[in-house]
Amino acid sequence: MTVLLEVEDLVVRYPAMGRVRAALTGRAHEFDAVAGVSFAIEAGQTLGLVGESGSGKSTVARTLMGLNRAHSGSIRFDGRDITRASAQDYSRLRREIAMMWQDPVGSLSPRLTVGSLVTEPFRIHGKSADKGAEAKRLLEMVGLPADFAGRFPHQLSGGQARRVGVARALALDPRLIIADEPTAGLDMSVQAEVLNLLGEMQDRLGIAILVITHNLNVVRHITDHMAIMYLGRFVEIGPTGQIFRAPCHPYTEALLSANPEPDPDAARARITLEGEMPSPRNRPQGCEFHSRCPRAQALCSREAPKVEWQGATHCFTCHFPICEG
Amino acid sequence: MSKDTLLEVRDLSIDFGTPRGRLHALRGIDLKVHKGRIMGLVGESGCGKSTLAYSLAGLLASNGIVVEGAIFMDGADVTRMTERQLRDMRGQRVSMIFQDPMTALNPVITIGRQMLDIQYRDPGSKADKRARSAAMLERVGIPDAAAQLSSYPHQFSGGMRQRVCIAMALLTKPDLLIADEPTTALDATLEVQIIELLRELQQEMGCAIVFVSHHLGTVAELCDDVTVMYAGEVVERGSVRDVFHHPAHPYTQALLECDPARVEVATRQLPTIRGTLPDLVKVPTGCIFAPRCPHAWDRCRAEHPESYAATGPMHRAACYLLDAEGRT
Repeated sequence: MTVLLEVEDLVVRYPAMGRVRAALTGRAHEFDAVAGVSFAIEAGQTLGLVGESGSGKSTVARTLMGLNRAHSGSIRFDGRDITRASAQDYSRLRREIAMMWQDPVGSLSPRLTVGSLVTEPFRIHGKSADKGAEAKRLLEMVGLPADFAGRFPHQLSGGQARRVGVARALALDPRLIIADEPTAGLDMSVQAEVLNLLGEMQDRLGIAILVITHNLNVVRHITDHMAIMYLGRFVEIGPTGQIFRAPCHPYTEALLSANPEPDPDAARARITLEGEMPSPRNRPQGCEFHSRCPRAQALCSREAPKVEWQGATHCFTCHFPICEG
Repeated sequence: MSKDTLLEVRDLSIDFGTPRGRLHALRGIDLKVHKGRIMGLVGESGCGKSTLAYSLAGLLASNGIVVEGAIFMDGADVTRMTERQLRDMRGQRVSMIFQDPMTALNPVITIGRQMLDIQYRDPGSKADKRARSAAMLERVGIPDAAAQLSSYPHQFSGGMRQRVCIAMALLTKPDLLIADEPTTALDATLEVQIIELLRELQQEMGCAIVFVSHHLGTVAELCDDVTVMYAGEVVERGSVRDVFHHPAHPYTQALLECDPARVEVATRQLPTIRGTLPDLVKVPTGCIFAPRCPHAWDRCRAEHPESYAATGPMHRAACYLLDAEGRT
């Protein structure tokens, strides 16, 4: 398989305060929202990015779309280095990398009809197309009746708005779709419909997908690989099935156990994490997870763990992993 | 009303006035909340679970009309209470936790002041009340509680804010706590923390909880009883065990089936519920779920089913599949 997207040691910084104030107080004026992540996605594959709010998953997505600047590291798409791509380069790249936004209704202009919304990408990218026919084709592809072309976003349900989002993302035959929380706020049955649709489109068109979510059930069903993010770093990355069967990092294990099962008699070996994620402006010493880790020992607060490999595709950062390799 | 019943909803129907005509949001709801038990109210968006929860606290929107039925709390009908009586009931007997902990708190007043305001009925000096507030904040797991009383809501994270809301709701020791999707806005690890906190506090204080959620996993974990709603009607109710292990209504079965957490093997063909919600301005005759039901037959489209006994003692579902005689 060919690697479509390759990210190496990506660092994204956000400003924390003005330079003058930083100089006066002796603190850094920037902080690392994403602190060195590396991953690759092959054509036709799906990678899930999992983590709690504030872990930096959406920042990764925004940087891939050229909406944030990378501070260091590299992003390669289809063999080209796009880390320092200009706004002009990106306007071309966005034909190949499409984004599905988190808020299904909020990401659609309320004053455009569904028909013009799904064909807007053609206009933006100066592609001539028979708009009516394209709208019909795209709506059919995502399973919406053709007469929806005349509707406005406020006349859509959450699930229908999601489908319009998928149609917009598919309009220009992209090779990579970045889906930020594709099922947030949807009911179970509608969530299943949207996930089935994404999977079907991928099988049919061979698109690579990066899914950002905190819903582990979504990850389990639609991704091939998953990465678990904490404070802007990956604590574990590997094949989804393997991580669900035998997680190595205690944070992964805790996340997996914090997934309530719809069975009142399920045996719950629950690992409850104490407290909340620290601020990336004030990172803990040593292993950054040690402040909440149930397995933490003295070493963890002193020394940051190195990346350990468990097989060729599964790695994690922990001094005392659960899976003894 | 039997002795262990705290609240009883009898044949409640609520309409909303809309530009298109009257929307029949709730129709013929029967429900009992027992003292000291946790009842889950489950259903998808638009099924009326929040409308029902709000009306239990007398918080119906201004365009809502109670068409018929009543909500009895200690023999008094909540739907007919004056604003003054409602104010007496809320806070003292009924408290509520909302979905979004940021908008539930006043952003320009300190937490301490807001917690003081809630205790306006209680005897005691200001210092006593502050001490009580601090103790309650500490109980819900807020570190350095006494100092946090002078903080503003924006200084807390989402999970901590929801803890503050829980502390405020329980400060007056209510008999009934209504929790409207209290964990929907939170991350999974925080959701688990809040669920465990709610269970501990419920055991300590012995209040009843109505827990509104669309998340079947949290309901299975937290609740004793469950009521399943679909398109403004109660389709099934019973103990959590009965309903989750032996779902009797086809809607409950479909809802459980399409939860990806229940599908053991990873798949890209998740089960879905075909069709869409009915239009509640023109409610169809017959069973409300019939157009989407895989088992529906003529009778389902012609008559509206009453509720029939299912597996357990309190377990009932509104489906003709359970009508032993009438099945043709």
